[in-house]
Amino acid sequence: MNEAKILVYDGSFNGYLTAVFQAFEQKLIIADIQKEESAQSGLFSDAKLVYTDVLKSKRVWNGIQKKNNTAIKNIYFAFLSETKGIELLLYRYIQKLFSETELLHLNFSDDIVLKISQLAKSVGREKHRMEAFVRFQLTKDAIYFSNIEPDFDVLPLISKHFKSRYADQQWIIYDVKRKYGIYYNLDAVEFITLDMDGIHSNKTKKSNVFTDEEYEFQDLWNNYFKSTNIASRVNLKLHTQHVPKRYWKYLSEKKAVS
Amino acid sequence: MSFERIKEKLNILADAAKYDVSCSSSGSTRGNKNKGLGDSTGMGICHTYTEDGRCVSLLKILLTNHCIFDCAYCVTRKSNDIKRAAFKIQEAVDLTINFYRRNYIEGLFLSSGIFKSPDYTMERLVAVAKKLRLEENFNGYIHLKSIPGASDELMYEAGLYADRLSVNIEVPTISGLKLLAPDKKHEDFTKPMLKVKNEILIYKAEKKITKSTPIYAPAGQSTQMIIGATGESDKDIMYSATHYYKNYNMKRVYYSGYVPVADDSRLPAIGSQVPMLRENRLYQTDWLLRFYGFGVKEILNDTHPNLDIDVDPKLSWALRNLSQFPIDVNTAEPRMLARIPGLGMNSVYKIINARKYRKLTFDHLKKIGVALNRAKYFMVCSGNDYAHKDLQAIQIKGLILQNSQGKFRNNYSSQLSLFN
Ligand code: SF4
Repeated sequence: MNEAKILVYDGSFNGYLTAVFQAFEQKLIIADIQKEESAQSGLFSDAKLVYTDVLKSKRVWNGIQKKNNTAIKNIYFAFLSETKGIELLLYRYIQKLFSETELLHLNFSDDIVLKISQLAKSVGREKHRMEAFVRFQLTKDAIYFSNIEPDFDVLPLISKHFKSRYADQQWIIYDVKRKYGIYYNLDAVEFITLDMDGIHSNKTKKSNVFTDEEYEFQDLWNNYFKSTNIASRVNLKLHTQHVPKRYWKYLSEKKAVS
Repeated sequence: MSFERIKEKLNILADAAKYDVSCSSSGSTRGNKNKGLGDSTGMGICHTYTEDGRCVSLLKILLTNHCIFDCAYCVTRKSNDIKRAAFKIQEAVDLTINFYRRNYIEGLFLSSGIFKSPDYTMERLVAVAKKLRLEENFNGYIHLKSIPGASDELMYEAGLYADRLSVNIEVPTISGLKLLAPDKKHEDFTKPMLKVKNEILIYKAEKKITKSTPIYAPAGQSTQMIIGATGESDKDIMYSATHYYKNYNMKRVYYSGYVPVADDSRLPAIGSQVPMLRENRLYQTDWLLRFYGFGVKEILNDTHPNLDIDVDPKLSWALRNLSQFPIDVNTAEPRMLARIPGLGMNSVYKIINARKYRKLTFDHLKKIGVALNRAKYFMVCSGNDYAHKDLQAIQIKGLILQNSQGKFRNNYSSQLSLFN
C-alpha cells in the first residue's frame, strides 16, 4: 500500500496535472510519472494509469497560479521542454512550492528551482526563435504556410503571438517533427494534422503549391539580406551564434531556391 | 510590379541605408486594430542577422539616394559617383506589406537622401507611412527619419503615423560638423528633434485627460553618431550623448564606427579598419549610464578622456577606484552590487532574491551565473575572506586579462596591439 507508485498519463499537460492532482489527493508516494508511450514500470513499484480530467488539472493549475504566477509559467514551459524525467522534477518542484511560504521561484540557490528555471528559459528562447524564424510562403489557395522543427514543443506557446499579428490572413504553422500544426482560419486558431507529401516540406526546390510571386518575394528578401550586410564588418561567428545552422533550412535568406 | 526593376532598386537603396545602425523595433504601444495587419506591442524581434552579426528586424531602405547635399562621410553625397535610384511611394508600401506578411520583418525603417528640399523629401516619407496606416491598416512598426531642416508641420504629421522618429546627429562635435557637412547647420538637426520631443510631451499630457488622443511617436526618438571620423574623444561622444538623452528625451543614442566610403583628406582612408571595439566600449558605457547608475563624469573626464580598449569600462572604473571594494554580496545595496565587475543586472536581481534565503557562497554565485573570474577580485561572500587585498590594480588587470577571452580579443588582436 505504501509502495512508491508510477503514474502513467497520456502525454498532455492536462494529463500530467491530473496525475499531480491524484498524487496529492491520495497522498501517494511517487516513484515516477511517465508518458504512456514511453512508460516502463520499475521493479518495485506499481504502475497506475491516470485518466485525464480537465477539471482536476484546472484545479492544480489554479492552485499553483494562486500561489505563484511565475511558477505556473515556469512549470508549463519546462514541461514543454520534453526533457527526460521532467515529470518527476516538476512534481518535486510543485511539492516544494506548496510546502514553502516564500516565493520559491526566486530561490536560485535551490537546485531544482534553478534547473526548472533554466529549462523554462530554454523553452522561452525557442519560443522567441520560432516567432522570429517562421517564414510564411503563400500558397495558391491564399494560405500563408510555414514549417518549423523546434527543439521543444512550442506551438501552443506561439499561437497567440501570430494570431494577434496576422489577424487578416489565413496561416498555418506546422511542426514537422511532432507532426501537427496550428491553423488560423481568420477567426480562431485550431490544431491540425496534415498529410505531408513532400510539397510542403521546405525543400529547396520550387513547389507548385505556392504562388509564382512567392518565389519573387523570397528572391527580393534574399537580395535585401545581402545588400544590408556591411562587408567590412563581417563576423560569421557572431552570425551563426544568433542564427544557429540547424535553422538555416527554413530561412529563405539562408537557402537557395532552384 | 516588375520584380526585376524592384530588385535593382532594392539593392541600391538597401545598400545605401545600411550604415544607419539602429534596428530597434521595440517600445511601441501600437496594437492590432480592427483585425488589420500587424502588432507592434511586443519586444521587437530580430528575424535574422546579417553576416556581420547585426539584428535584422526592419526593412531598412532609403526612399531615394539622390541627394543635393555633400556630407563627406556619406555614401549618398552628391559628389559620389554611384548608381542612383528612387522608390515610388506605392512600391515602398508593397514591399513592406509583402515582407511583413511573410514574417520577415517587424516593419519599415525609411530614410532618404534629400532631393529638391528637406520638406519635399519629408513629405514623401510621411506619405509612405500614411498610406501604410490608413490604406493598408498596417500596425507594424514604422521608423521614419526626420530630415534635417524639415518643417514643424511635417514633423507633427510624421509622428501621427510613425512609431519612432530619428535625426542622426552623425558628427558629435559642432566643429566636426562644419568641417564635414558644410551644407548643414546644427539647428537643422535640433529643430525637428525639439519639435518631436515637445509633441511627445503634449501627447503624454493630453492622453491622461482624453483617452482617445491619437498616438504620437509612441517609441520615441533616437539619434546616431559616427565614431572615428573626426578625431573626437570618447569623452566628446559620451558627453554629447548624455546631452541628447537629457535635453531631447532620446530613447536611444547609437554609435556607429565609421566605415570609410570616400577618399577625402578630412577622413580616414578607404580600407581603414572600422573601429568596432571602440564602438563596443561606447555601447558598454551607454549601458552603464542608463541602467547601472553610473554618472558620465565617473567614467570619462579630463584625466580619462578615452575609454580603455583592453578592458571594459566597468572594470576600468573599478580598477581606478579600488578603495570602494571589496563589496559584500550578502549585504551590499543593489546599486553597489551593480558596480562589481562580472556582475550583470540579471545576476544582481538574482542575488538580491537568493540572499533572502541564505548566505550566498561562491558556489551559489557560480550557479547564478556570476563571472567569478573577474568578480572575485572585487567582492566577498560567505565562507570566503577577501584573499586579494594586497593586489594592486595593475596586477588584478593582468590576472583578469590572462584568464579571460574577451569577446574581441582574438578577432581584433591586430587592432588591440595598436593600443597596447
Ligand atoms: S544630406 Fe543625408 S543623404 Fe545627403 S549627403 Fe548628407 S547625410 Fe548623406
